[in-house]
Amino acid sequence: MRFLQCNTPFATFAVLAVVTQLVLRAAGMEYCLTQLTMALYYALVVLGLCLVTGHAGQVSLGHAAFFAIGGYTSAFLTTHDFGPLPEPAWATGLKQARVLIEHSDLYGGTALSVSPWAAVVVALLLTFVVAHLIGYPALRLKGHYLAMATLGFGLIVSKIVVGTAQLGASDGITGVPEWPLGFGLTVSGRRTLRVENYYIACGLLLLTLVLLRNLIRSRVGRALQAIHDRETAANAMGINTAAYKLGAFVLSALLAALAGVFFTHYTGSISPSEAGALKSVRYLALAAAGGMASLWGVTAMSVILNYLSLRGFFGSYDNAVFGAILILIISLAPEGPLKPLGQWLRHGLNRNHHPRDETTGAPPGASDGAPRIH
Amino acid sequence: MAFLEVENVRRSFGGLVALDRVSFTVCRGQIKGLIGPNGAGKTTLFNMVSGLLAPEVGQIRFKDRTITGLKPFQIARLGISRTFQNPSLFLRMTVLENVMVGRHLRSRASFLSSSLRLPGQVREEQHIRAEAWRHLEPLGLAALADRPAGSLAFGQRRMVELARALATEPELLLLDEPASGLNTREKADLNQVIRRIRASGVTLLLVEHDMALVMDLADDIVVLHNGTPIAHGPPATIQNDPNVIQVYLGGEPDGIPPAGELNLKWTRPR
Repeated sequence: MRFLQCNTPFATFAVLAVVTQLVLRAAGMEYCLTQLTMALYYALVVLGLCLVTGHAGQVSLGHAAFFAIGGYTSAFLTTHDFGPLPEPAWATGLKQARVLIEHSDLYGGTALSVSPWAAVVVALLLTFVVAHLIGYPALRLKGHYLAMATLGFGLIVSKIVVGTAQLGASDGITGVPEWPLGFGLTVSGRRTLRVENYYIACGLLLLTLVLLRNLIRSRVGRALQAIHDRETAANAMGINTAAYKLGAFVLSALLAALAGVFFTHYTGSISPSEAGALKSVRYLALAAAGGMASLWGVTAMSVILNYLSLRGFFGSYDNAVFGAILILIISLAPEGPLKPLGQWLRHGLNRNHHPRDETTGAPPGASDGAPRIH
Repeated sequence: MAFLEVENVRRSFGGLVALDRVSFTVCRGQIKGLIGPNGAGKTTLFNMVSGLLAPEVGQIRFKDRTITGLKPFQIARLGISRTFQNPSLFLRMTVLENVMVGRHLRSRASFLSSSLRLPGQVREEQHIRAEAWRHLEPLGLAALADRPAGSLAFGQRRMVELARALATEPELLLLDEPASGLNTREKADLNQVIRRIRASGVTLLLVEHDMALVMDLADDIVVLHNGTPIAHGPPATIQNDPNVIQVYLGGEPDGIPPAGELNLKWTRPR
C-alpha cells in the first residue's frame, strides 16, 4: 500500500504518456509526437536544474552549454571522418570493439567515425571534467556571482561553437547517425520509429525522475536542502558543503549533456542556438515555472511549455515569452504557480466540505519557505 | 591532558580587536561557562572553536590535535558540535528531518547509492531515522516531528537545534546563549536537559547571559571583557571577583550585592 502511495505519480506519468500517444494516434496527429519527444529531452535539463537550483539553491545560467557539450561531442565524433584506419594494433582493436566504425559518407566513399555508444561515453566524461573545472571555482561564489560566472561560461561555449569550423560554425552539425541502443531500440528521427522514440524519451525521463526522487529523499538530498536553507549551519553539522554543491552541479550537468546526446541523435543534428545563453535562461524560467524544487511541477511545466514553443505556438516571441515567465514567477509567485494554485483549490474544497474549519490553514511562518533564487 | 585548549588566540575585524590573548582549557566532562558583557567576544570565540572563523594568532587544540585552520565540517567530524545564538534551523525541512541532518556525519550514503536505493543505503536511512527519533523524544519534540521547522515558536526552535547538535553524538558541545528568549519554565527544563547531557558524558562549553543558570550549571567560568579574559575560576570565586563586578555593574565593588543574588539578565551599563 505504502509502495503504491509512493509510486502513484510515476504510474500516473506512465499512464498519461500512453494515453497521450493513443489520443494523438486516434486524432491522426501522431506527428505531434516528434516535438513532444524533443520536449521530453529538454525536460531532463530542467530536472537537473531542479536539483541544483531548487534543492541545493545554486543558480546556474550555463546549462545550455552542458547540453551543447553533450550534443556537439556526440555529433562531432559520430560524423567526423577520422581518415583511413591507422595501422597499429590498437586501432584495429578499437574497430573490432566497434568503438570506431566505418560508414559511407555523403559522396559514397567510406568514412571512419566513432560509434554512438563510444561517443556518448566521451561526451559524458568530457562534461564531467568541464563541470568540475567550472563548478569548483564558481560554487565558491554566492548568489548573483555564481549566476554570472555560469552565464559567462555559457557565453564562452556558445562563442566557441559558433567560431569553430569543425563544429560547423553557425550551421551546426547535421547528418548525425542513429543510435542503436540495443534491445532492438534505436534513437532516430525516422518517421517509422516515431512512436518508439517517444517511448524511449518517456522511459529515460521516468528513470531520471525515479533516481532524482530517491536522491532527494535521502541523506544527500537533506544535505543539499540544508545547504540551501542555512549553509553555515549545514557546514557546522558536518556536511562538506563545497563537495555537495559540486556534486549536485556535476550531476545536473551530466543530465543536461545526456539530454543533449539523445536530442542530437534523435533530431540528427545540433545547431549553435542550443548553446545560447537564451536557452539557459529558458531552462531556468521553466524550473521556476514548475516550482524549482518540485520534480513533478518542473516536469509538467517544461514538457508543456517546450512543446508549445517547438510547435511554434509563441511565434517569434519565443524567447520573450520565457523571459516574461521568469520575471512574472520571481516577482509574483516565487514558489511557482502550481503550489499556490493547489493550495487555493484545496482551500476551496475544504470550504465546501467543512464550512467552519478555516483555522487549520497553512501554518504561520510559511513565508519562511519562499525559495531564494537570486 | 586538556580536552580543549585555547592558546593565546587573537582575532580582529577591520580595526576592531574582538579577541586578544585569550587562553583557557576545558577538561573532559566539565561544564565550562563563558560569560562577559555584550561585545566581549564570546560568539567570536565560539566561531573560532567551531571553525567558522580562523584566529589570526594562536592555536586551538582538541584532544591534543590542532584544529585551527580546519573547516567547520571537519571539526564537526572530530566530535565538536554547536548551537547558534539565533537558532539556525533548516526552515523548510521538518523537525525530524532537521535532526536527521545531525546524523549526516555518522552516515555515508553517496549520490550513487542514494539514487539507486542500494540495500545498504536503505538500511542506513532507517537507522538515521531511528536515531533521530531517539534524540527527539527526550527533548519533548516527538509531537512536533512532522512540523516544518519554520512554523515553530522560538523556544521550540532552540530545542530542535539542541536535538540536532546532540544527534551528531558530540564529545564537546558548544551552546551559544541557549537560554536567551526562553521563559522561566523553559529555562528550568533547559537546566535539566543540560545536566542530562553532561551526565551522558558530553563536555559542554556554554555562553550564557542568564547568571542564575550559568552559576548553577558551570563547574568553571571564564569571564571575557573587551576580548580578553579578566577572571577564571569556579562560580563562587567569579561571583565575588571585584573585577567581574566592576565590569558588569560599572561601579566600585563596594556596596554592590554579590553577582549570584542578581538573577537578572545583565547587560553592560552605558
